[in-house]
Amino acid sequence: MKRTVPLMIAATTGFVLIVSYFIPYTESWGEDAMTWFNILAAIAFILGGGNLLRMQLQKISDRRPGWGYAAVTLAAFVITLFFGLFKIGVQPTAAFPTNAWAAPYDREGSALWWCVEYLYRPLASTMFALLAFYIASAAFRAFRAKNTEATILLVTAFIVLLGRTYIAGIVREWLPEGLQSLSFDNMTNYIMSVFNLAGMRAITIGIALGVASTSLKVLLGVDRSYLGAGDE
Amino acid sequence: MGDRGAGERFGVFGLKCEISDMRFQISDLKCQISRLRGAVRRLLVCWGALFWLLGLTGAGADAQEPPRPVSDVVAVDHPNDVGTAVDVSWTLSPDDKPNDEPIPDPNAVPSLLSGYHILRKQPGEESFVLVGKQSAQAGEFTDRKKVVRGEPYLYQVVAVGPGGTSAGVETAEAVTPVRGLFRTDRGWLAVILLLICGAVVAFIVVAKSGRELFIRKIPGLEAVDEAVGRATEMGRTCLFVPGILDINDIQTVAGITVLSHVASLTAEFGARLEVPTSRSLVMTTARETVAAAYLAEGRPDAYREDDIYYLTDEQFGYVASVTSKMMQEKPAACFYMGSFYAESLILAETGNAVGAIQVAGTAQPSQLPFFVAACDYTLIGEEFFAASAYLSGEPVQLGSLRGQDVGKMLVASLLIVGCVAATWASVTGSASANAVVTFLQNNVLGRGGFLP
Repeated sequence: MKRTVPLMIAATTGFVLIVSYFIPYTESWGEDAMTWFNILAAIAFILGGGNLLRMQLQKISDRRPGWGYAAVTLAAFVITLFFGLFKIGVQPTAAFPTNAWAAPYDREGSALWWCVEYLYRPLASTMFALLAFYIASAAFRAFRAKNTEATILLVTAFIVLLGRTYIAGIVREWLPEGLQSLSFDNMTNYIMSVFNLAGMRAITIGIALGVASTSLKVLLGVDRSYLGAGDE
Repeated sequence: MGDRGAGERFGVFGLKCEISDMRFQISDLKCQISRLRGAVRRLLVCWGALFWLLGLTGAGADAQEPPRPVSDVVAVDHPNDVGTAVDVSWTLSPDDKPNDEPIPDPNAVPSLLSGYHILRKQPGEESFVLVGKQSAQAGEFTDRKKVVRGEPYLYQVVAVGPGGTSAGVETAEAVTPVRGLFRTDRGWLAVILLLICGAVVAFIVVAKSGRELFIRKIPGLEAVDEAVGRATEMGRTCLFVPGILDINDIQTVAGITVLSHVASLTAEFGARLEVPTSRSLVMTTARETVAAAYLAEGRPDAYREDDIYYLTDEQFGYVASVTSKMMQEKPAACFYMGSFYAESLILAETGNAVGAIQVAGTAQPSQLPFFVAACDYTLIGEEFFAASAYLSGEPVQLGSLRGQDVGKMLVASLLIVGCVAATWASVTGSASANAVVTFLQNNVLGRGGFLP
């Protein structure tokens, strides 16, 4: 029962979504199904938030290594929740000038907006900026001419890399008219639009077929591993 | 006289005073001339601006005339919808000239038209109400503004210009929007879907009958056992990251099915498995899956619910927490199975830095190169979706993989037909070959087919 009912719900919802894509009469059914999912996800967020609180409190009470970070996480969670729920610092909108509660919680100038704008965004950007270093280190390892394939990859990467820089333009000016097609930018365009595009399309076709097959397995109940334990 | 006398009286000093006085007068005169020049310049600028404005608006009385009206206004029900839209089309006003049309005379009067207003009313109502605007050179409009299925509507189109509005031109008959029975624009997608799904179901049935099916080896999936074994030997944890999307994404579902197998192995080997999630629903699903795997292996006591936990929905907050965990605990095996974006390389490089054996699988083509560069094994595209069937080894599931192969054959056949037809058309100029290419591009490969 514990697995059969979720399976039936998943199968029904899945088939409704497929049918609603092709039959206009059922279009609103698909929208309803998505609304139900959003409601479920919102309720599940309480589970997630509760779990986060419990884990961090446990870490602090057990004085585990790094419990200070857990305290910071907890404080940030509680403060942000407080700012958002009670709409601290939210200014009223022109539509409801006397009632600040009618304004959105993330309105510009509110405490929550300030936290997102001046704390979260810079921190997220910092994490994103780390990518530059990680790309360099990954490229250093990937582009080693260990064998023929790796050497081809290295040469291709070198051409594409230079083709995307100003050097490509400078080199093109030096080349004679007849050899313009061998300039870095022209070769880069050719590599990207022929070899790279063909490879990407092959992968995308494979992904599309895989998605169709996996979806069908889930809908037909052939694959039930995601449903967890329970009697049939 | 007095001044002169003073000059004579005071000698050189008086002369200096007189020169200074004259200089002052000259300076004053210069100042007046400068003011006069400024006034003339301002006057000229004003005149220039006036002429320019007149030129811009069509110079004179001609620009103030309203544009000529449109013609042939037709309204039809919007196809393939639930009956809440109407398509209105018209022939452009003669005054609606394209901007890129060569201008024989630069001083000629420019177009008198700036756009069109589309108005609507129901039969019996007195006046039309504005429902939309279109820019110049546009002869079509789809009305979706509170259109009610089954209600008749009349439309009027008015050309608008700087000189005013033209006379309104109405549709001859009222149009009644109706609900379509089937999205004919998605017909080819339905055909393709039926063929592929039919093949998958057929091979599942064949597999159920007990016929053996050959499936090639996937190194990335063979490595899962090796990675968990290594973690057990080293006494370190296995980290499983199920992507950053929710459970309604098929990649997350595929990742969870791989998690089921990894959990079975950790339960069997006695290794510790950690699953940080970025979605609450994924956390609950992962808990159920791992608990089921431990139960199936006869080790429900070894299952630790707290090792599957929620962190945050925010992409980089999640990455920061997971990477910090990796640096602290140094897991021996890392699995990245699900949907990833920019965080893929941050995770994989951190895993590489701590010396973990890493297996990744995703259907995000843009993230695959990062995983290939930083991980030991990567499940590329369809391999990731095949993982569940491959790892389970169940004949019924393996049958679905053979069904996928039929889909590949179908795509390959279409590619060959398209390439041959396109080559033949370019070499011989054959009209029929061209027709085949156009048909494939517009139908099977177009928005109604593979590219919905």
